[in-house]
Amino acid sequence: MVSNAPLLSVEKVSASFADRNGQLAVLRNVSFSVPRGQFVCVLGPSGAGKSTLLRLLAGLLPASRGRILFAGQAVQGPQAGVGLVFQDANLMPWRTALDNVALPLELRNDPDAIDRAWDMLNLVGLRGFEQALPSELSGGMAQRVAIGRALVQDPQLLLLDEPFGSLDALTREKMGEELLRIWELEHKTVVMVTHDIHEALYLADRVLVLGRRPASIKLDMQVKLARPRKLAVRYSPAFGRMAARLRAAIEN
Amino acid sequence: MKNTQDHSERLTWLLGPAVAALALLAWELVVRVTQLPAFILPAPGAVWGRLLIAVQDGTLLRHGLVTLQEVLLGLAIGVLAAALLGYWLARSPRWERLLAPFVVASQSVPIVAIAPLLVIWFGPGLLSKTLICALIVFFPILINTIVGLHSVPQELRDLMRSLQASRAQTFRLLELPAALPVFMGGLRIGATLSVIGAVVGELVGADRGLGFLINVGRGQYDTALVFVAVFALVALALSLYGLVVLAERRWLWWQQKSNPSSFSYGEQ
Repeated sequence: MVSNAPLLSVEKVSASFADRNGQLAVLRNVSFSVPRGQFVCVLGPSGAGKSTLLRLLAGLLPASRGRILFAGQAVQGPQAGVGLVFQDANLMPWRTALDNVALPLELRNDPDAIDRAWDMLNLVGLRGFEQALPSELSGGMAQRVAIGRALVQDPQLLLLDEPFGSLDALTREKMGEELLRIWELEHKTVVMVTHDIHEALYLADRVLVLGRRPASIKLDMQVKLARPRKLAVRYSPAFGRMAARLRAAIEN
Repeated sequence: MKNTQDHSERLTWLLGPAVAALALLAWELVVRVTQLPAFILPAPGAVWGRLLIAVQDGTLLRHGLVTLQEVLLGLAIGVLAAALLGYWLARSPRWERLLAPFVVASQSVPIVAIAPLLVIWFGPGLLSKTLICALIVFFPILINTIVGLHSVPQELRDLMRSLQASRAQTFRLLELPAALPVFMGGLRIGATLSVIGAVVGELVGADRGLGFLINVGRGQYDTALVFVAVFALVALALSLYGLVVLAERRWLWWQQKSNPSSFSYGEQ
């Protein structure tokens, strides 16, 4: 296996959809590649097509033009090796936390599904909540279950679509910390969509900024902050300078 | 607060039997005051006596079982056909648009009006009654199947797709459980409608069944027997409804935990 080759490469991808007024161009000529193990955040104003980009990467939507390579193969639909976390936890309300996490393994008839789901729930910090229903979990806990469900199949790539978007600010920070802790253990390649500049800087190795529709990449910035990061890194001057740069890129 | 709630819950429990007792009392009073002849309005006691006779000589059981058979067979056929068609229509929006007007139009034909036709075509026996039951059950189940399947969240569909679930897995693990609450709502309605269907069929033309018993009672001025048959029908419909509620409690336990429905037997 060639370890130098990027895990994911997006080559001149455009996406447009039919709507009432004809064709709506969402993405135009987007190119970037992600090496193994990198944590990438995609920032952009709302409605910029961040979620569309993620759905393209997940193989849930076809690109109108260009191509996406995942582990050297062209993406032509959903594929194994990709874990997806949605904006809302998107859990099945009739399944317990444990069974929700076990779902991806159950679909593949994995005999160890429950055991592995059990370990995963532990990893995301939900020991003792195995038998809880989604309706009995707080928003943050539900999102932990969703992250566990995405990780349980040991994917090479983790795609997160504004995973903490519906959480309050404090829970959000906590979940960011938690995500970093898990990421440092598992060291997955991550592409995460967010509209929160501070969240992106705190989490990512690299931040991509999408412009307005039809969006292309306006800024590709490396985040050179030492790891492991503490929440306090947000108050350092370097962090502030990078935040200002990102804000400027988003706003014009 | 908790105490007052307990108190009012106990009141609700007592309210049912109290209302029934009051109704019986009013009935008895009306009979005594108006002195109506028994063939117009028999007293509660007379109906009770007639019930005991009908139970002892086996009339009630014999005719009740006939009706029960029609109701259950019709329900099974109606539910099966409606669920299958509903699943197909929910998956093919074009066909749904095409067929929806016909389905709605068919529903606006009163079942009472076509029951005689079905009896003419399929005879006075089990078949015509079963078909009437199936027809009357069909519509609510069809609609609820479609609505239930449309209520499956798109994000969960995306999840199943991203996990490369097969169509059978998507059905078993997502569509079935997600659509079940609405479907069961349709089944509650269907179960009681099926009883109506059977009686309608039996009133039109039959030589057995509770509807037939009503006709016999009417013809012989045995009004107490009519009452007995009516109460038996009510009991039958209530039992079916109760069974559906029991099934819901078993299958929808996850939902009952968060928002229990009040349209069931003394839950809360």
